[in-house]
Amino acid sequence: MKVSKNWLNEYLTLDIEPKVIAEKIARTAVEIDSVKRPSEGLKKIVVGYVDSLVPHPDSDHLSVCQVDVGEEELIQIVCGAPNIAAGQKVIVALPNSRIADNVKIKRGKMRGQASEGMICALQEIGFSESVVPKEFVEGIYVMPEDAVPGEPVFDYLGMNDDIIDIDVTPNRADMLSMRGVAHELSADYDVPATFKHPDLKETSDEKIEDYISLALPDKTLAPTYSMRVIKDLTVKASPMWLQIRLWNAGVRPINNVVDVTNYMLMDYGQPLHAFDYNKLGSKDILVRTANAGEKITTLDTEERELKDSDIVITNGDKAIAIAGTMGGESTQITNETVTVALESAVFNNSMVRKTARSQGIHSEASMRFERGINVATVQESLDAAAELIAELGDGTVVTGTASASRLEAESTFVDTTTTHLNNVMGTELSETQITKLFQQLGFTVTTRGSVLNVEVPARRWDISIEADLVEEIARIYGYDNIPSTLPTGEMTPGKYTYKQKLIRQARHILESAGLSEAISYGLTTEEKAGKFIFEEKDVYTTNLMFPMSSERTTVRMNLISGLLDDLSYNEARKSDNIAFYEQGRVFFRSEGEDRPVEIEHIAGAMTGLFKLANWQSDKQPVDFFMIKGVVEQLLTQLQLTDDVTYVASESHEDMHPGRTADVYLKDELIGFVGQVHPNAAKEFNLKETYVFELDLQKLVDAKKEERLFEPISKFPAVTRDVALMVANESANSDIETLIKNQGGKHLIDIHLFDLYQGSHIESGMKSLAYTLTYQDTAKTLVEEDVTKDFNRVIEALKETFKADIR
Amino acid sequence: MDLKEKLLELQEKGLKQIRESEDLKQINDIRVNLLGKKGPITEVLRGMKDLSAEERPKIGSFSNAIKNELAEAIRLKNEELEIKKTAKKLEKEKIDVTLPGAQIQLGQPHVIAQVIEELEDLFLGMGYQVVSGPEIEEDHYNFEMLNLPADHPARDMQDTFYITKELLMRTQTSPVQARTMETHDFSKGPLKMVSPGKVYRRDTDDATHSHQFHQFEGLVIDKHVTMADLKGTIELIAKTVFGEEQEIRLRPSYFPFTEPSVEVDVTCFKCHGKGCSICKYTGWLEVLGAGMVHPNVLRMAGVDPEVYGGFAFGLGPDRFAMLKYSIDDIRNFYLNDNRFLSQFTKRG
Repeated sequence: MKVSKNWLNEYLTLDIEPKVIAEKIARTAVEIDSVKRPSEGLKKIVVGYVDSLVPHPDSDHLSVCQVDVGEEELIQIVCGAPNIAAGQKVIVALPNSRIADNVKIKRGKMRGQASEGMICALQEIGFSESVVPKEFVEGIYVMPEDAVPGEPVFDYLGMNDDIIDIDVTPNRADMLSMRGVAHELSADYDVPATFKHPDLKETSDEKIEDYISLALPDKTLAPTYSMRVIKDLTVKASPMWLQIRLWNAGVRPINNVVDVTNYMLMDYGQPLHAFDYNKLGSKDILVRTANAGEKITTLDTEERELKDSDIVITNGDKAIAIAGTMGGESTQITNETVTVALESAVFNNSMVRKTARSQGIHSEASMRFERGINVATVQESLDAAAELIAELGDGTVVTGTASASRLEAESTFVDTTTTHLNNVMGTELSETQITKLFQQLGFTVTTRGSVLNVEVPARRWDISIEADLVEEIARIYGYDNIPSTLPTGEMTPGKYTYKQKLIRQARHILESAGLSEAISYGLTTEEKAGKFIFEEKDVYTTNLMFPMSSERTTVRMNLISGLLDDLSYNEARKSDNIAFYEQGRVFFRSEGEDRPVEIEHIAGAMTGLFKLANWQSDKQPVDFFMIKGVVEQLLTQLQLTDDVTYVASESHEDMHPGRTADVYLKDELIGFVGQVHPNAAKEFNLKETYVFELDLQKLVDAKKEERLFEPISKFPAVTRDVALMVANESANSDIETLIKNQGGKHLIDIHLFDLYQGSHIESGMKSLAYTLTYQDTAKTLVEEDVTKDFNRVIEALKETFKADIR
Repeated sequence: MDLKEKLLELQEKGLKQIRESEDLKQINDIRVNLLGKKGPITEVLRGMKDLSAEERPKIGSFSNAIKNELAEAIRLKNEELEIKKTAKKLEKEKIDVTLPGAQIQLGQPHVIAQVIEELEDLFLGMGYQVVSGPEIEEDHYNFEMLNLPADHPARDMQDTFYITKELLMRTQTSPVQARTMETHDFSKGPLKMVSPGKVYRRDTDDATHSHQFHQFEGLVIDKHVTMADLKGTIELIAKTVFGEEQEIRLRPSYFPFTEPSVEVDVTCFKCHGKGCSICKYTGWLEVLGAGMVHPNVLRMAGVDPEVYGGFAFGLGPDRFAMLKYSIDDIRNFYLNDNRFLSQFTKRG
């Protein structure tokens, strides 16, 4: 809402800088969008009188004008506007003037003709096109005849005003009017505001009943619905003062009837609608809900199909306006209009909201009906409008108001206490101070013991409960004056839950392993959502009803696809070496359910080089064992009681069948690790890429080893190495299990230190070499102890794996 | 030449040899030659048997003094040569210390996670619990429990991804408040919680809009919680995230779930309140919304507003990070460009 300082001055005296007023409003009431003086930055723009003009000799659209700008001699200006004519008063930007957007106008020549400046359109001196009167949109603006050549145009056009643009929150609809803003400032600055009230003389013998008969079968559609009629009118342009009011409020002047309704809209916040009475086609006005499919052509010349939830004004038969939203074209005010039916009403706010939304009409009127109307001024604004329309159009107001319903304005009474107000605010205000603040707001306080009974006038319909009063007192007292403390009261422990702690740890472990955290989109395509799932039961996708794009239709069911999206984004930017992890939720829906379960997962994706070659060491490309090492380290750090095993798996559709392992905790599948199938990688435009994904919830639930100190043996450890040649198919995990089972009680570690497959050994075979470490906590081991155990292992390996011990 | 003279001559010769020796082997040889059992001093002392009983001890102690002197000279020389040897060795071992160190690959948390963690740590220290809630939420908790009935005008402000008529992608973390209030046992003390998490809005992604972003919600419900407590808590947030010198201002605002509602600005940390392009020449940056919990919200969660009250605040870690690090495009957070992410190492 654009608030004109000049307009405000009619209601209260504030001899304060507009910027300071704006700051006060921001801190006390609502946000400020901007504070502007329309004439700011403009200079040397004056009234000119077009004394004569001739067509430009070398142009078919330019005119060469001789213009009186209050100097001894006329100046010559070349003008291209189609509506330029001799005898007009115009806006002249003199040489070296500044017009809108800080453009400088210089003396020059146009196609050989000297031009001492420019004749301007309103848009060229900073007016928004949406407020320029229609007849001047395509050309220059013609000033009022009494404008004096040579004088600056700013006062004539109301440009020396200050416009504070306020951004009204939904709860403060009372500030969607000049009077509401004046009330607010009166409270903020503790200065009185005074308002003019209409002085409507109803001298006509004709009664409203002779003109209008209203019917409103369902009063919930419009708790207040009234009309007046003004007759014998002349529709014409409004006087300058009114036009200025409107364009400074951001409204385009149209004619003296429509302008008055818009003026009252801004002044009282009351939307009014003017019908051309003679085009109604009936005396009977019926307000009802529309019939589904009923049609109306609105003021914007659009034919609209209505729903049965829309309220319409009808002539008993056809819809002539969509209530509170937009009028109909057939009954609009034109230059031929002589009699006006003027409507002032309160419409059902939620129905207007629905209509505004479904029709896509968010008008000044609908916005106010949606947010509420000051019931106290429905009649007053109607009277004021009728009076002003009659005055400006030389018409007569028909005696009386037709009303189909009428809501009486009532005060709201809310109780509070000084103690409560102080308790909530954390202040120590006295009852006197509080009563004073209520008085500033224009609320009357009656004291009953410790209870303050506060009478809130109808113009503040946003206030109904005690908490509302707290807000009023707090903001008028000033949030800056409220002290700063921290909550006291009973102590509470501040700590993470076990799950939160484990998640934080898991993230840190992966960071230490060199993976950076990514946060990808939770919404993806149905196809990507369905990849990389390792749930053992059937799960289904969860889709949005109305997605915004085909890329974001489905809630994710895995983290890997998101990470692959990230990798491919990087790959496309020549960033080939990436190690990312992500921690977040996946969403699994069971058949027949609407709501999916949300499970915490953690996943990683690596591609390219983990380490670049440098002066000291070779490059280290990412491979299966590197990412498996990351997973192993993560799981080791968590100290799970049960054994973790990695089982080769060919069952993942998008994974490399020979380079993927399912990860089991005892018998439970908790995730997988491996290389993305080259075909799947290609879909993401990726090269060799390795991933893992784990169900974090299962890790949270898993049993953990009790953490007890293990004494460190004082006795030396003994090591034995064994190298063996076995068939390629023999799995390291099976060999290690065998060594462990046959190793004897002193075997404390098995370490694979070499693996060889290649030309130096028989094909189909591989060579493995292990170091076995033996130790006793009570004595130094002697040769015989170890040899016996070691030999047993050797024999077992030979027997089970047909191993050739070397 | 008597014994004494011989000894003096040996002393002089020995000291000269020691002085002139150049390496450890040489000095060791000198030691063995000079002081050994077959050395010249021992040899000279064999002549003592010819001396009188009176002279013998004199020569004995004289020779011992010379022996000691030589031994000490050898020790010092030895030490000197050891130092030289070490220095030589170190000289050979010299490397170019400006060569780069070994690559230690470390990952870092996402910048938004860093903002959230910093805030969590702050609130854990003040006895708050961290609570998370579902990202797919019921309309009931996301809206109705927060005083936003079906035709409430503020629902216009929240364009929502619905899954069914009743289920939606949560548009705010506030439903976690409603859920926690419902289950909290107030006989066991006040409710002090924060709730970070992802939220979703039906927005088209551009530099300032994202259909996915984060919120960090806070709530305190107790018998005596004041707006002053809210103000102090918010000041702490501003100072923790944006710096100790930050000031805040509260402005009235409107949220259906709080009354009074305030919007909080901090002094623009680029211009320190003078006005610049970042703060659009106001000197202030809007950073969060807050207020005293609306009695309807308490009532709906089964909390008696006559006895309990409190404050709630909600802030956007994305916005915080954008302001703090001058990030101009919110999409950076979710595209995960490594050149972006790696800028936010874990700085102290």
